Amino acid sequence: MSFFEDIRVGDVFEVGHHTFTADNIKAFAARFDPQLFHVDETSAERSHFGALCASGWHTAVVWMRLMIDCRRHMDEEALARGESVAGIGPALGFRELKWLKPVYVGDTIEYKSEVVELRPSKSRPKVGLMSFRTVGVNQNGEPVISFVSTTFVERRAP
Amino acid sequence: MPKLHWEDFQPGTVAIYGPRLVTREEIVAFAAEFDPQPMHLDEAAASATMLGGLGASGWHTCCLLMRMIADGFVLDSSSMGAPGFDEVRWLKPLRPGTNIRIRVTVLECRPSSSRPEMGLVKFRYEVLDEAESCLTVMTSTSMFGRRQPETRA
Repeated sequence: MSFFEDIRVGDVFEVGHHTFTADNIKAFAARFDPQLFHVDETSAERSHFGALCASGWHTAVVWMRLMIDCRRHMDEEALARGESVAGIGPALGFRELKWLKPVYVGDTIEYKSEVVELRPSKSRPKVGLMSFRTVGVNQNGEPVISFVSTTFVERRAP
Repeated sequence: MPKLHWEDFQPGTVAIYGPRLVTREEIVAFAAEFDPQPMHLDEAAASATMLGGLGASGWHTCCLLMRMIADGFVLDSSSMGAPGFDEVRWLKPLRPGTNIRIRVTVLECRPSSSRPEMGLVKFRYEVLDEAESCLTVMTSTSMFGRRQPETRA
């Protein structure tokens, strides 16, 4: 991760993509969100969704995993260039989480996260607060998930 | 026929679900799969972070809440899902060995303007530890089927 001072509003993380299968939709939902339209094809067909679709939390945590992998890759590249990397986290939470369209079996979701706000922490001089808007878009170009999350990012030593 | 429909939710109603013990093993397993950061995976590495020790991924807390409200009332309702969450604040770390409970407060109920068979319920969800300290607070609006789509005043 870049240090707080080196991040700009408008910076974009190309987080990556994930294809949702029936097996992983049902396995996740069985653990955390066993509503019938997330665990059973027949019931899902009869529901207002019309077909099996992923738990919204599943769509969200897939982003988290991809984001971690994306940051790790960026850190490895920076370290290889001889640069130092900033610590990040923990996150404070998120807002405006919207599940805009269902994620169906076979959908591939591409996630991007754009920095929307940067501010110093009043109480913690070693870190700043970074907010970014994440959007996940399906293979038809339709946004399926959007949210704004906020996390601590390390500042350069003064 | 589910037990709870939109008509059964009333603003101001409070319900508590749990307790549910959250183990170190499940915190680490969730993090390894979805949020592999040292503060969620390893005690020694976690104590060097702002979390000050091993704590669950905030996303794990959200997923645990989902499961607890599913078992608590959603699965026995006419739930049609939720369009999103207005706000989620991870206030304090969820530590291994905590027995969490969920306090659900109904904030608002309104009919859907576009779909007569559906109504909307806004909830506040609080994830509490044994000392009633709030670890995570979330607000969200969910969609529920109506028992009587046409006749409610």
